Amino acid sequence: MSVDKTAKAGSNGNGNGSVLKSRWENMPKQFRWAGMIALVIFLYLLPFKEFYLYLGIPMGDFYLPFYTARTEMAQVLFDTAVFVLLAVGLNVVVGFAGLLDLGYYGFFAIGAYTVALLTSPESRLDVTWPWLAAVPVAVIVTLIGGVILGGPTLRLRGDYLAIVTLGFAEMIRLYAARNEGILQGQRGIPSIPHPPGEVNGDAIFGVTDARPYYWLALTIIILVVFGVRNLARSRVGRAWVAIREDEDAAQIMGVPTFLYKLAAFAIGAAVGGLSGALFAGNRGFINSDSFLLENSILVLAAVVLGGAGNIGGAIVGAAITWYLPEWLRGVGSSLGLEFDPAEYRIAVFGLVLIVMMIFRPQGIIASKRRAAEFEDRRKEAVASE
Amino acid sequence: MLLEIKDLTLEYGRIEALHGISLEVEQGEIVALIGANGAGKTTTMRAISGLRPVAKGSIVFDGQDITKLRADKRVILGVGQSPEGRGVFPGMSVMENLEIGAYTRRDKAGIAEDLERCFALFPRLLERRKQAGGTLSGGEQQMLAVGRALMTRPKLLLLDEPSMGLAPMLIQQIFEIITEINSQGTTVLVVEQNAQQALSRAHRAYVLETGSIVKSGTGQELLNDPSVKDAYLGVA
Repeated sequence: MSVDKTAKAGSNGNGNGSVLKSRWENMPKQFRWAGMIALVIFLYLLPFKEFYLYLGIPMGDFYLPFYTARTEMAQVLFDTAVFVLLAVGLNVVVGFAGLLDLGYYGFFAIGAYTVALLTSPESRLDVTWPWLAAVPVAVIVTLIGGVILGGPTLRLRGDYLAIVTLGFAEMIRLYAARNEGILQGQRGIPSIPHPPGEVNGDAIFGVTDARPYYWLALTIIILVVFGVRNLARSRVGRAWVAIREDEDAAQIMGVPTFLYKLAAFAIGAAVGGLSGALFAGNRGFINSDSFLLENSILVLAAVVLGGAGNIGGAIVGAAITWYLPEWLRGVGSSLGLEFDPAEYRIAVFGLVLIVMMIFRPQGIIASKRRAAEFEDRRKEAVASE
Repeated sequence: MLLEIKDLTLEYGRIEALHGISLEVEQGEIVALIGANGAGKTTTMRAISGLRPVAKGSIVFDGQDITKLRADKRVILGVGQSPEGRGVFPGMSVMENLEIGAYTRRDKAGIAEDLERCFALFPRLLERRKQAGGTLSGGEQQMLAVGRALMTRPKLLLLDEPSMGLAPMLIQQIFEIITEINSQGTTVLVVEQNAQQALSRAHRAYVLETGSIVKSGTGQELLNDPSVKDAYLGVA
């Protein structure tokens, strides 16, 4: 009797989102592929202004729905894509393996600095590699960075790990700010080359048009998502779920927990490094101010908001977190308002997160598994009161 | 000798939780470890499965010194555990929980065979195979924890408080199944607060008091021992 009750409570806990989701999952495979392709085409079309003219909301020429007014749309999309890529990487660490990593942004900084040092003619390394050659090196350096940081810290659990990783990210930023030698302190490293490629003698990746950067970032996201998704469905992915749900139990089932945690940490770090490399190639200049602590927290907030453990959730969470304030910034000014909503971003997300934790801790788009885990934790909390 | 523990000492920080205990488990036996709350029963279990590091002493399993071996490697050697509090993976279905039990194994035929055996022992798990582990009742979770440990195909099955939180009828049933598992050839070391059930099912037993073994003997001997009766069986 009581068993049936709890079973029902568990399935109800998923809410409406899972109804839509299971309906989607039950559709024929070809249909789902077609849906995904349509979505991808839609995403590639996003930076075209013409696209917004046909959305059918007549508001005149000066304002287009969803089109950012204050910052160039394509640049906002690129920044959003970089942020989304970070979230996809962090989701491997926080969502899949359940490791609370507050210093993820440190790897983004390592990736960006590696590219800057190897490519810029102003860098003291003085090797001036092309951007493309520096990217794989940046990924490998951050991967190793992940192993070096993870080696000693992954023996810690929960809150301890969070604090150590938080310290790590701040250390990287402060070192970059104070180091007048190779990292060139606040002056930073300028003249980082852009990605390669020419059409009719004009560089594809220039300074006036941000669209190619967005398309490049989007393509990389798609590739990374495929890789990460396959990983999550493999033996490694199942080990991560076991570790996340009960680390002791995972160990006595024969899962080498430390190694798998380290793998999650390193893979996440590498994706963060890739994201940093993209960022450096777009900006052409970096200094320590490019890597603020609040961004470190913001990525985590985005992943949790979207639904940790679910790739789609992490993507949606990150896209909302970055794009929405940028868009609202323009809406405010076109309505003649003085204030800038983007300034209140951190405060608003703090509030949103608190509300989410109370009413929907599994995030906007959550996996069934995650919902069941939270339900179980809630029951335990009630029982021990 | 399947398991031989010698002078095992274990510390939590500076506090010694086990003061040099020794115990043995022979191939094919059911051995019970009884004692009050905080006597060190679970700590002993966690030391054997490798979840707690050992300060002094040795653990020899199947002729091999495993004192310093990582927990996941002990599973491959044949140490299977159903932990205290069951440790069922709440977000995984019953089936996925059982499959994770076979994580270290590659023999598909053997895994299928063990899965069948598991469902034969616990038909309830077959009924609930698609349900999430976290939504099962306490008794079902206990069955799942034991079943999952069996999926590692252990030579030695460690059961930590299999009766905890269960109704008397279910306790009876769980112990019948433990006897059945043992008669199919698996050696069992069971930790229990329910001394009556444990002693009547065990071939041999040890009594643990505040980190030391104070008595040992056959299950029957200890059942009839006046001091054991007094302290653990609730008979004056």
